[in-house]
Amino acid sequence: MTQPLGPGGRADAAYLLDSAGPAAPPRDNGELVFTAPWESQAFGVALALHDAGCIDWEDFRQSLIREIGDWEAAHPSGDGWNYYERWLRSLERLVSGQGLVTADDLRARLDLLAARPGGHDHRHDEEA
Amino acid sequence: MTSASEHLDPALRVEALASLLTERGLIDETTVENFIKTYEQSVGPMNGAKVVARAWTDPEYRAWLLADGTAAIAELGFKGPQGEHIVVLENTPTLHHVVVCTLCSCYPWPVLGLPPSWYKDPAYRSRVVREPRQVLREFGLDLDDSVEIRVHDSSSEVRYMVLPERPAGTEGATEEELAALVTRDAMVGVAKVAAA
Repeated sequence: MTQPLGPGGRADAAYLLDSAGPAAPPRDNGELVFTAPWESQAFGVALALHDAGCIDWEDFRQSLIREIGDWEAAHPSGDGWNYYERWLRSLERLVSGQGLVTADDLRARLDLLAARPGGHDHRHDEEA
Repeated sequence: MTSASEHLDPALRVEALASLLTERGLIDETTVENFIKTYEQSVGPMNGAKVVARAWTDPEYRAWLLADGTAAIAELGFKGPQGEHIVVLENTPTLHHVVVCTLCSCYPWPVLGLPPSWYKDPAYRSRVVREPRQVLREFGLDLDDSVEIRVHDSSSEVRYMVLPERPAGTEGATEEELAALVTRDAMVGVAKVAAA
């Protein structure tokens, strides 16, 4: 049996943050749309690339659909789902697929950033 | 990208991507920040609520909205990405519309802002198509069996917005008062609008 949806059902933090109420962070539109700064960055980078004419939105959407489909096929239980993780992954694929930034350049920059001393975790989580 | 990068902190991955794109002159930080700020603060369901309140109080506007959602919505100043082709679906006492994007997360940004997490969740996207009545019940909306439910799957072109039923007891309310009653969930079709 799947978890119920909606209020009183799914109790993940992201869902709770969506709710309006006294504890909800202030936003003019009453919504908290991102749950971490990197999510908003991933969103903003995709829109800026589209705005600059570097990517076609339909190409990005197709990349996102493929990425989400692959993830769901590999994770039938849905555990570990993070929408903006899929968003970021499809953006990385599209950007390297179109040669805007090569996979090697991205990899090298990641290594460089990950090697910075202090406060920057190398790993998102330890492999089980 | 090697699969190993998948396990790196996403914050680091975004930083790497953004820094390279910035250095190549493809994006700039101000544009990125402006997009974030716009969708965090300025574009949201309060836009759609104004559209609904106008439709409830102005029969001509309502007819236009149902015939050409994109144009009628743009008339109130709401346009932009993901709003190029908006179709408005009218809920009635016998017909209830609910919206989903089964493949990803298509959503009418200009009127509703960015989608809530449940809308993007694999469970909602798959279940609302298979068992809409049960899913709506879990949202607290228990529809009578006589009410027909139609589930609309967003395509690459069309973005849907639901025009909910105007609640009883709001006959004397102003357009502004009505807009304050309209919720995001009602415009996706997982709730009804209640009188204050």
